Amino acid sequence: MPVLIPRSVDELVEVFQEHPAAKLLAGGTDYMVEVNLHGRQPETMISLRQVKELTEWSVRTSQSRIIIGAGVPYADMEVGEIARLVPALAQAARTVGSPQIRAAGTLGGNLGTCSPAGDSLPVLAALNATIHVIGPDGNRDIDFVDFMVGVKRHSLLPSEFVHSVSLPIVEGWQGYAKVGTRNAMVISTASACLVRDSDEGFVSIALGSVGPTIIRAHDAESWLMKATSLREGAQLEPSIAQEFGRRVALESKPIDDHRSTAEYRRHAVGVLAQRLLLRSFS
Amino acid sequence: MSINIPVTGAAPSHEIYSLRVNGQVHQVKDAWIGESLLYVLRERLGLPGAKGACEQGECGSCTVIVDSKAVCSCLVMAADAVETEILTVEGLGPDGALTDVQSAFLSEGGVQCGFCTPGFIVAVHHLLENNPNPSDDEIRESLSGNICRCTGYGRILEAVRTVADQRRTNS
Repeated sequence: MPVLIPRSVDELVEVFQEHPAAKLLAGGTDYMVEVNLHGRQPETMISLRQVKELTEWSVRTSQSRIIIGAGVPYADMEVGEIARLVPALAQAARTVGSPQIRAAGTLGGNLGTCSPAGDSLPVLAALNATIHVIGPDGNRDIDFVDFMVGVKRHSLLPSEFVHSVSLPIVEGWQGYAKVGTRNAMVISTASACLVRDSDEGFVSIALGSVGPTIIRAHDAESWLMKATSLREGAQLEPSIAQEFGRRVALESKPIDDHRSTAEYRRHAVGVLAQRLLLRSFS
Repeated sequence: MSINIPVTGAAPSHEIYSLRVNGQVHQVKDAWIGESLLYVLRERLGLPGAKGACEQGECGSCTVIVDSKAVCSCLVMAADAVETEILTVEGLGPDGALTDVQSAFLSEGGVQCGFCTPGFIVAVHHLLENNPNPSDDEIRESLSGNICRCTGYGRILEAVRTVADQRRTNS
């Protein structure tokens, strides 16, 4: 069986319906590692390389949203207009692998792999992204929180694929930070994305690599919104940032594994939360 | 060195596909679907310039250009690279002559064991193609996906600066 190469979204729908067991191949930066090193034996593959529509992105000014195609590579999110409109996504994209990996790996691929360490995923969670998927029965939108359901598990139905991701353009500060065993080319040990909507006085924080899915620290968010003003021009007491970090850490659900210990991850994610909050006020 | 050897029992496909490498069309026959572009280039097409080391996209020694992007050929499924333009280190200079980047690596001492060198050469060509006047930070960033265990990088960075200077003088 060769690699099937649809050329449009319509062809992709058709081909994936004919071959529901096929594996979708985006940038290949996760999948080929499994093939090269972990004995994965590909059977039917559907390549997304020639579906140009998936590599497009656009801004819906009237709705203050940006729609990013599943095939947009990290390299295109690091700089330019996407980076200006969704800076946390650009920061996350810059921490992925090397330039070679960022040229190949895509937003849709990150969602397809659905690893808790996926760098774009905390950003999607903190921004309440909507995942636009297409399948044999048509289109539907899935909130990120309902999309990722476990370690490398998503809620796509058979023959459904991610078409694009819709993100709000938020007034205010947003940032992504991660801890790994070195500065570059590293899979995160713990990561976090904080979005501070200074118009609404609202904050959200999402945590990566510290649980089976990306975790929104809802209790810490609510506590913070009661404890201090988050609006433009407000001041932050350092003790509040510290307490926020402590509360965020409590909501993480890390495990011990080959990359780190649960104890270190819980500590690190609290520090990241505190640091991001302080940055949002600096 | 073992690179991406088809797992026993994995049936070769009898499909034939073609790849366009350095401007030439090559037919690939009886390949296993899981073969990486790195494997096909080296073992089937006689182009051993790209090197296999980590096989997981960390070291950059297999860097090639696919449709104007520098990527790790170990992470490209070869059968998925049909209809793309592939450029390898063999295709950079005319008729096997050294490119200015290769000459600068030699003159500045940017080569020791040489295993990482082809990947660096491709990455540097890609950098200077897109950014003829890179800052030091931009050079470091663009080569951050290529690992060298011998040189300590200093002489490699010097080679890049040398080429950038030469190209400015000559243009």
